[in-house]
Amino acid sequence: MPPRVDKEKCDGCKAQHEPLCEQVCPGDLMVLGESKKAYCRSLRDCWDCMSCTKICPVGAIETRIPYQLGYHVAKLIPMMGTDSITWTCIDINGNVEHFRYKNRVEPE
Amino acid sequence: MSKNSPKNLDEIVTEIVETDLLIIGGGNAGCFAAIEAKKVSPGLRVAVMEKAHISRSGATAAGMDAINTYIPEGKTPEDLVRWSRSQVGGGPIREDLALSNAQELNGAVDDLASWGLPIIRGEDGQPEYRGKWDISIHGEQLKPIMAEKAIESGADIYNRVAATNLLMHGDRCVGAMGFGVRDGKFYVFRAKAVIVSTGGACGLYKSYTSDATSSHHQTWMCPFNVGTGYSIGIRQGAEMTSLEQRWVATRTKDHCGPVDTISVGYQSSVINAHGERVLQKHYAHLGGDKAPRYIRANAPMEEWLAGRGPTYADTTNLTPEEAKELKTDYLNERPSFVLFLASRAQDITKEPIEIYGSDPYVVGGHCQSGYWVTIDRMTTVPGLFAAGESAGGTPNKFVGGCAAEGKLAARGAVAYVASVKLPALDEAQVAKEKERVFEPLLRGPEFDGVSPLEMEERMQRLMDEYAGGITQFYRTNEERLDYALKHLKMLRSQVQYLYAKDLHDLMSAHEVIDRLDMAEALAHHLKFRKETRWPGWQTRSDYPEIDPKLDCFVESRLNKETGEIEMFTRPYEQIVPGDRCQP
Repeated sequence: MPPRVDKEKCDGCKAQHEPLCEQVCPGDLMVLGESKKAYCRSLRDCWDCMSCTKICPVGAIETRIPYQLGYHVAKLIPMMGTDSITWTCIDINGNVEHFRYKNRVEPE
Repeated sequence: MSKNSPKNLDEIVTEIVETDLLIIGGGNAGCFAAIEAKKVSPGLRVAVMEKAHISRSGATAAGMDAINTYIPEGKTPEDLVRWSRSQVGGGPIREDLALSNAQELNGAVDDLASWGLPIIRGEDGQPEYRGKWDISIHGEQLKPIMAEKAIESGADIYNRVAATNLLMHGDRCVGAMGFGVRDGKFYVFRAKAVIVSTGGACGLYKSYTSDATSSHHQTWMCPFNVGTGYSIGIRQGAEMTSLEQRWVATRTKDHCGPVDTISVGYQSSVINAHGERVLQKHYAHLGGDKAPRYIRANAPMEEWLAGRGPTYADTTNLTPEEAKELKTDYLNERPSFVLFLASRAQDITKEPIEIYGSDPYVVGGHCQSGYWVTIDRMTTVPGLFAAGESAGGTPNKFVGGCAAEGKLAARGAVAYVASVKLPALDEAQVAKEKERVFEPLLRGPEFDGVSPLEMEERMQRLMDEYAGGITQFYRTNEERLDYALKHLKMLRSQVQYLYAKDLHDLMSAHEVIDRLDMAEALAHHLKFRKETRWPGWQTRSDYPEIDPKLDCFVESRLNKETGEIEMFTRPYEQIVPGDRCQP
C-alpha cells in the first residue's frame, strides 16, 4: 500500500546523507528525488509496514489504502514520542479515534 | 538506465571483508545470533550482511503484538514440544531441535523484556497470557530494540548489502558474496563460519490481491523475504527438509493481516455466511476450536469452496473497549489494518471481520521447512549454520523461538570457528560470481529482454495455478506439478534475458532468480509427498489421504554434477513421549 509524500512538508531530511524514510524502508523503495523530496519508487511493492510514515520527523508521509481495497479516504497518523506512540485514525465518514500506548519501557 | 550505473565490470569496486563469523540476514534470529556470538566470545569478529537496514528489516519490520510462545509456570519445554507437535498433526517434527529451542525460549524472551520491550503484565507482574502459550506485547519497537542491541554488541553491520551466493572452499562454506544495493560495490565476506538467518520465502505464489494496482505486496509475510537464504544453500547442494509443509494462514480478507490477534486474543469464532461456527460444525471430529493449526488455517477457504463464504472472525461480541484494545494490538503489529477498517468505515462490534486464506509461504519459523541441521544448527554444508525461518525441522518457533535458535546457532558456529582456519581466497570463484551478479545491469539500455517484474509475475501465476496456490484452494496433483517444473525450467533458462536498469532493479533480478531456485525445490517436495498430510499446507487432490509410509521427513539435495534435485526421506524419531496428536 503506497506511501504518499507531501512535497510541501518533506525537506529531504536536509542534513542527512539519506532521508530517514530511505534509511528504514525494508523494501528499498523510498528514494530522494532530484528535487530533494522523498518518493516511493514503486507503489505496488510497498508492504504497508508504515516504517517510513512513523519515522518521518515532519509528518510528510501518509500511508494510503489502495482504492481497490478500501474506500476514499481514510487516514492513520502516527506521532512518535520517546517511549510512546499516539495514533489518530479518521474513517471515510470522518469519525475520529485516538490511540496512545507505551512502546518502550526502561531497560533493566 | 540510471546515470550512476556502471558500464563495465572493471568500474565496480570489490570490497573484501575478513571476519570470523558472518551472519546473513539481520532480522530476529540474526540479531540474536550476533549478540550471543559477541557475548560468548567478545574477541570474535562478527559481521552481519543485511539487505535492508537492521532497524526495520524483515518479518518484524512493522512490529509485533504477541510473543506466541513463552512457557508459563508449571509447564515444561516438553509440554511445548507436545503442543507444537499436535499443531502439525503429530508431526513428524525434529523433536531434538524443538526441545533445545524450547529450553532456550524463555531466556530469549526475557532478554527482549530487559532491553525495553513492553510485555503486558497482570497485577502479579507476570506476563498476561492471551492463549495457552502466547503473551501480549506492545511490540511496535521490537525490531529497533533488537537492532540497537546488535549494534551495541560490537558486531559490524553491513546494511543494504544483498547476499547472492556462498563463498565455498571445496564442500566447505567460507563466507558469502553479494552487492551493495546503495553503493553498487561487490562484496566478498570471508568467514570461518556463516549463519544464514534471512527469513523465509514470500512471493513464490501470486497473492490474490496482486492484480489490483498498488497492492502487489498485500501479503502477510514480509514480501522482501524472498527465500535467498534457502537458495544460496540449495545451489551448493545443502540438504533441505519438509519444504512441502507450506505455511498457509487464515488472514484478514483484502488486507492479509494476522488473525490470531482476533481469534486467540479475543476468542472470536470463525463463522460462515450462514452464521455457523465453522470449526464446531464441520471440524468437531478434529478438535473444533482446538483443531491442529493447518485445519484452522484452511477452514475459511474450504467454506468458500463449499459455497458457504464469506467467512468471518466474529467480533460482534466485543465491547467498545475491547474493540479499541484489539485495534491497539493491530497498531503494534500491522497498523495498516486499522487504516483498512477505517477505509471500510467498519465498526467491528457491529460487523464481524472478514477472513480468508493467504498465499502460501515457505517459513521455517512457522512450519518446519528449511535446512536440515544438526543440534548445533549446522547444515549439511560444513561451516554453514542456519537459524530462525531458515532452519527446518521445528515448527511454531515464531519470534521467541527464532531468537532462541539464533543464540543456539551462534554457540554452534563459535565452537566451529575455533576449529578451522580461513583458506586462501579463490579469486576465480569471486570473479565468476561478480560477473554473474552484475550481468543484468551491464546488458545496457538497448537490451531486448525481460524485466525482473515480468519474470516474477509469470512465476507467481505458474505456482499459484499449478503448485497449489490460493486460487486453486491449495490443491495440486502430479500432472500440475510436472507442468510447473517444466515451466520453471524454461524460466530458469530465460534468466539470461533479465535486465536491470538500476541497483534496486538488480536486487529484484536476483530475488526472482532466488525464487525460481526455491520454487523448483518446493515443487519437487510437493511431488514427492504422494499423500495429503496437512490439508491446505500440503494438499494433493490425486492422493487425498494420509499414507502411513510417509510418516517421515521428505528431503532434497541438488546434485551439483547433474544439476538435478534428488529426493529422499529421513526417519522420524519420537523423543518426547505421549500421543503425538495430543498437546
